[in-house]
Amino acid sequence: MAAALPLLTLRHVDVPPNFEAWRTLAREALMRGDAPETIDFRDATVAAPQSLISTSSELRVVPTERKAYVSALFLEKARVVAAHRDPQRWNLLFRLLYRLQSNRNLLKIEVDADVSAMLRMEQQVRRDIHKMHAFVRFRSMMDQHGEHMIAWYNPEHRILELAAPFFAERFAVMRWSIFTPDASVAWDPLVKQLQFGPGAGRESAPAEDEMEELWKTYYSGIFNPARLNPSVMRSHMPVKYWGQLPEVALIPTLIQSAGERVNEMVQLQTSKPSAAPFVPERHSLPALREAMPGCRGCDLYKCATQVVPGAGGAHAPLMLVGEQPGDQEDLEGKPFVGPAGKLLRKALEEIHVTSKEVFMTNAVKHFKFTQRGKRRMHQSPRMSEITACKPWLLAEIDAVKPKLIVCLGASAAKSLLGGTFALMRDRGKVLSTPFAEHVMATVHPSAVLRAPDHAMREQLFHHLRDDLASALQFVRRAA
Amino acid sequence: MLSIQDKLHILSYAAKYDASCASSGAKRSSNGKGIGHSDGAGICHSYTPDGRCISLLKLLLTNYCTYDCVFCVNRVSSDIRRARLTPEEVVSLTLNFYKRNYIEGLFLSSGIIQSPDYTMEQLVRVARLLRTVHHFGGYIHIKAIPGASQLLLHEAGLYADRLSANIELPTQQDLVQLAPEKKSNVIEATMAEIHMRMQETEDGRKRLQSTPKFAPAGQSTQMVVGATPATDRDIIYRASTLYKSYQLRRVYYTGFSPFPEADARLPLKPSPMMREHRLYQADWLMRFYGFEANEIVADDDLNLDLDTDPKMSWARRNPHLFPVDVNAAPREMLLRVPGIGCGNVERILRIRRYHQLSAADLKKLHVRWRDAAQFIVATDHMPLEVASLRAEVSTAMQMSLFQQAAVSALTGVL
Repeated sequence: MAAALPLLTLRHVDVPPNFEAWRTLAREALMRGDAPETIDFRDATVAAPQSLISTSSELRVVPTERKAYVSALFLEKARVVAAHRDPQRWNLLFRLLYRLQSNRNLLKIEVDADVSAMLRMEQQVRRDIHKMHAFVRFRSMMDQHGEHMIAWYNPEHRILELAAPFFAERFAVMRWSIFTPDASVAWDPLVKQLQFGPGAGRESAPAEDEMEELWKTYYSGIFNPARLNPSVMRSHMPVKYWGQLPEVALIPTLIQSAGERVNEMVQLQTSKPSAAPFVPERHSLPALREAMPGCRGCDLYKCATQVVPGAGGAHAPLMLVGEQPGDQEDLEGKPFVGPAGKLLRKALEEIHVTSKEVFMTNAVKHFKFTQRGKRRMHQSPRMSEITACKPWLLAEIDAVKPKLIVCLGASAAKSLLGGTFALMRDRGKVLSTPFAEHVMATVHPSAVLRAPDHAMREQLFHHLRDDLASALQFVRRAA
Repeated sequence: MLSIQDKLHILSYAAKYDASCASSGAKRSSNGKGIGHSDGAGICHSYTPDGRCISLLKLLLTNYCTYDCVFCVNRVSSDIRRARLTPEEVVSLTLNFYKRNYIEGLFLSSGIIQSPDYTMEQLVRVARLLRTVHHFGGYIHIKAIPGASQLLLHEAGLYADRLSANIELPTQQDLVQLAPEKKSNVIEATMAEIHMRMQETEDGRKRLQSTPKFAPAGQSTQMVVGATPATDRDIIYRASTLYKSYQLRRVYYTGFSPFPEADARLPLKPSPMMREHRLYQADWLMRFYGFEANEIVADDDLNLDLDTDPKMSWARRNPHLFPVDVNAAPREMLLRVPGIGCGNVERILRIRRYHQLSAADLKKLHVRWRDAAQFIVATDHMPLEVASLRAEVSTAMQMSLFQQAAVSALTGVL
């Protein structure tokens, strides 16, 4: 027969889920002289298993002389740990409190098993609070008192009381409520006090909010498909928090389409429209004229009647570069034969330029237009089309080798002087570029034609003529 | 006419190439008149599938831009859709998002329209509306437009928590090639102006507490990495100079990634994410671990090792300084041990006053044991082969010398 062991009486104490309740019970236990092995603090919210060990739950207070020691640091951490859902937290806290009586530095030894367990729980609760501050999403509702912002949220631990003051400070002037399964909290800017209440289900918050579409638009816009990294996203925003986030609905599509979007970007970058493959190696004017009709460097050839190569003195010292052929140029296949061309020729006559002295061409060699009824309306070429056509222009420059190039209008200037060239500020100045030693820009003759009144037209025409005159002077002096 | 949704899409799409989304570093209590506060820690309200956090509403006021920076999606010569939000629209989006707890605040930047001053004035207007009309207490980060006037920068700093002028590329040479309108001396002059104003305000606050704060979360900058041949050494030295000259809070490094309508001069492949990661590690070593730029990149190396973290590489180059006794070594030396982070250094210093640390204790603190073991001494631990470690390192050095010799034999360059 086995010897009868002295029966260890385990005292069970049921603790309601709040820190102050445990604090009172723990203080009493400490006063009674209970040791951690003789007492079991049970989580009152968890059904207790039937125990075979005899239990006594009557509380008799044995007055002792001892005064309980507790540090501010312990209280601060214990308050946080109390919100943890682990049913063993009360026993852990009591064990620490008990050991703290004989070792006041205990909490500093972070590698101690009990201390590190507490620190881990504290960290988990703090993270949960932080995530609640991040992932609560309010939805707006109007009632007789005006706007009411309502959120439903399901935290991992019982943190509502710890998390709520943050919202009270941040949204002090707003009427808001947060519901969780365990408890709820409301704030009224007139009362200025957190009102805690019972828990509620998801349906306690409105089902949608008008801003959510915009928020999703923002979410998908700010995502960079070239840096896809869903596992990092999940580690910061674990799936358990996804329940009330409107934006997560987009995640599968964004991930799925990312690869394709990047491929498209790279393809676009490599297959930039360019005339380069169509430009012959030998840059003589007849060779260029022969090759030009076959150009498929961009899509403009599809609608235009024909390509319009440059024309004029084969070794002219002055090269004029316009924007693109117009309606008439497109039909005749020659540059500057329409109304703007006539105006240009008038200006050239006034300053007595000989036909051998000038070569005229365009930055873009095909006519770009939109059809309006029977009329074809001029449309400005895009930067990509100007860039695509540039090899032709450079080849013509190489063939003619002018002393000075005059860009007529902003499009031509963009092609040779860069996208930021300011025409009206820098017109008439002789600049040097990598493509040609001397380049100048002036107004386009069609800008003269489009001027709103007579005075303006006069002024712009004088700009054009005077700039051309100084260009002519420049090349004659150079020769 | 674009809808607000279209504009938001275009202008957030265009803003994503600014890496910063930090909302930390400035405390702002609730003012009782408007929504918003900041407890100084910063909060990430969501994460996108690229793993980046959304803390702020990051927007461009407009993506029209007169500049032609090759590496930028918004450059004037790119065929993208353009849009412009009015200051009032930005204010309304910010407040509506903030009220629903989507964001910590606003990060507003812009393409350069008309002139630096005009652009800056638009940005300041948004911040002014938020702070003075709506009493917004959330976080505001405003881009400082290089070359904007002193007066505008000063006003911006009164409303913003953080200002940032982007250095864009690591070297002046890179800028000449890829961002012809940007000059590093103009960018740095703007940084210097912000820095000077911050110091003035600090001095002022010492004398008069009610002196209004100026950009309390400091200034930061960003550079694109991998778009030019600049080496890690160039980048780290550059960052080190910026930290020292202007006391920047952060330098952000963005690995170049392909974007729509990119220029053909740019690389077609993204810069490896690992390179960006190693640069951030190096950056952390300078800011929190007491390393100097010249210690991080070895004299004969131009780039960081992609396979080894820079702290480990440094330790291997300096075997004579190890092993380090975790129970006795000073903080500066503990900070240099691979596998021990700066948080753990503080923990070790706290604990060892009461308790001598063993190997098991260190593992409990989540010290990366695999890396640290060979460099430290604990109560029950001694690196197994301190001597063999030294041998290994010297062979490694010989190997690298040998490789160099092989390379120079091939290229004829010494």
